[in-house]
Amino acid sequence: MTEKEENKVADIDHVTESILEKIDSEGFHQQGAYNLRYNGYSLCHGDTQHIKIKRKEDKQGIDVFISSGTKGEQVHIPVVVAASGIMDQVYNDFYIEEGARVTIVAGCGIHNSGCNDSRHDGIHTFHVGMGANVRYEEKHYGEGEGTGARILNPVTKIIMEKDSVFTLDTAQIKGVDSTKRETEVVMGEGAKLFVVEKLMTHDKQSAVSNMDIYLNGAGSSAQITSRSVARGDSTQTFHPKAIGNALCHAHIQCDSIIMDKAQVCSIPEIDAKHVDAAIIHEAAIGRINSEQLIKLNTFGLSGEEAEAVIIENFLA
Amino acid sequence: MLEVRNLVFHPLENGVEKCIIEGVNFTVEEGEMLVITGPNGGGKSTLAKLLMGIEKPDEGAVFMDGVDITGYSIAQRANAGIGFAFQQPPRFKGMTVKRLLSLAAGYELPESKCCDYLSGVGLCAREYLNREVDNTLSGGEMKRLEIATVLAKPHKLCIFDEPEAGIDLWSFSMLVKQFEQLHADKKESLILISHQERIIRMADRIMVVKDGKIETLDEREKVLPNLVNDDTGCACMNPAHRAS
Repeated sequence: MTEKEENKVADIDHVTESILEKIDSEGFHQQGAYNLRYNGYSLCHGDTQHIKIKRKEDKQGIDVFISSGTKGEQVHIPVVVAASGIMDQVYNDFYIEEGARVTIVAGCGIHNSGCNDSRHDGIHTFHVGMGANVRYEEKHYGEGEGTGARILNPVTKIIMEKDSVFTLDTAQIKGVDSTKRETEVVMGEGAKLFVVEKLMTHDKQSAVSNMDIYLNGAGSSAQITSRSVARGDSTQTFHPKAIGNALCHAHIQCDSIIMDKAQVCSIPEIDAKHVDAAIIHEAAIGRINSEQLIKLNTFGLSGEEAEAVIIENFLA
Repeated sequence: MLEVRNLVFHPLENGVEKCIIEGVNFTVEEGEMLVITGPNGGGKSTLAKLLMGIEKPDEGAVFMDGVDITGYSIAQRANAGIGFAFQQPPRFKGMTVKRLLSLAAGYELPESKCCDYLSGVGLCAREYLNREVDNTLSGGEMKRLEIATVLAKPHKLCIFDEPEAGIDLWSFSMLVKQFEQLHADKKESLILISHQERIIRMADRIMVVKDGKIETLDEREKVLPNLVNDDTGCACMNPAHRAS
């Protein structure tokens, strides 16, 4: 990136601004470390003393270097696809040095008002250094009155070194017609992983989420929580898998609310390859509990209001 | 204030009609505390659910301040001023204690208010406000929170279904104080379903419900002496039941 580009404050149109509000709950500003990808190119970007963002030379995407001196900074790297018919594949690599503490706010919003499909495939790799602590937030959202589909297929690979901590907080809010998520985490000694995945599908949408967690280091632990709501004619499939190759703890919990004519398939898999691997899974699919609805009715809420409150909090 | 006329509830269970409530008539006056007691399975909780609209009666009517509310939904009854504390309150994944209390109050409660309601039932706001109302809370904590949700909003009539069940002794004393305060204020009429002597002793009137009927309904002084010697406390102590 040239210096001229780095200093430029880009104009952001109304549609993009409104999408950014949906996908970046911390608030997107053109300051600190950031990179806004818009319709397949980098619209604006900024570095800080500790965080440097470099555009890849050989393919689409960026390399984000987070130095050891980073103590509580945020990096915002949202993606907005506002044109119909865009097929965007991007490779983002994150290098988080030993002892760094950072929050990375990603997310992708598609506004498709045309008849062609719009698709974004974000392929993210995180190299998490020893003792580093990373919080990664990712929200996916789709909107637009067009008939073209809004498709998001994220691939996330996380390599965790000794005693590192990674919190993966992903949410698909609404409006994504098709998604296939692939997540792979390789954990070293004493590494701690927290995953919270929240997903809402409606109409004829489909969502598939595959997650492979390799607990390779002694004392590593993983807590995977997946919550979803399936409405309309939508379909969801979850397949989180924890592979214990050492003394480790893992807990997988999948909870889904099923409504209307939706279908939900939940396949938690646990695979212990070490005598000291302690792995638990829980999975539940069910409609909204009638006792919850009645309780909220006693607060004066109508059936519809009560249902909305239950879903909103379940996915909060 | 509340008038119940000839309430009948005969639900079908496995195709067989069961007589749960049989022609119940009573009134609750403004500011009055009525305690309903009686053997387990006698119809107390069902009666409370009929008052709240959770169950629909086959016959009879319920009036509130002279208005027939028999056809009202649960939400309509709530908006007419009836509050209800469940014997076994449901849990909500993802919902915080603060959010639940705010929903109960009907507006976003400031922390200081939440603190008042929680401390009133023996819960520390700092510890609980942001906790989820899920299975990480114990049964006793859920019960205390349930009572706080009813206290979070002014009502004309509050119905508490066995508020003491699952609550430890220390919290129970606090709870008794809460009910005493509510009763002393005389702003809300109270119906408490209870087996606890300390609660029964607070009543203005005591109603004993057995086999779906009102066996006794009178002032506390008249009913209380007979309760101790009666077989209404626990079904398993009833010689007739034991014989069968």
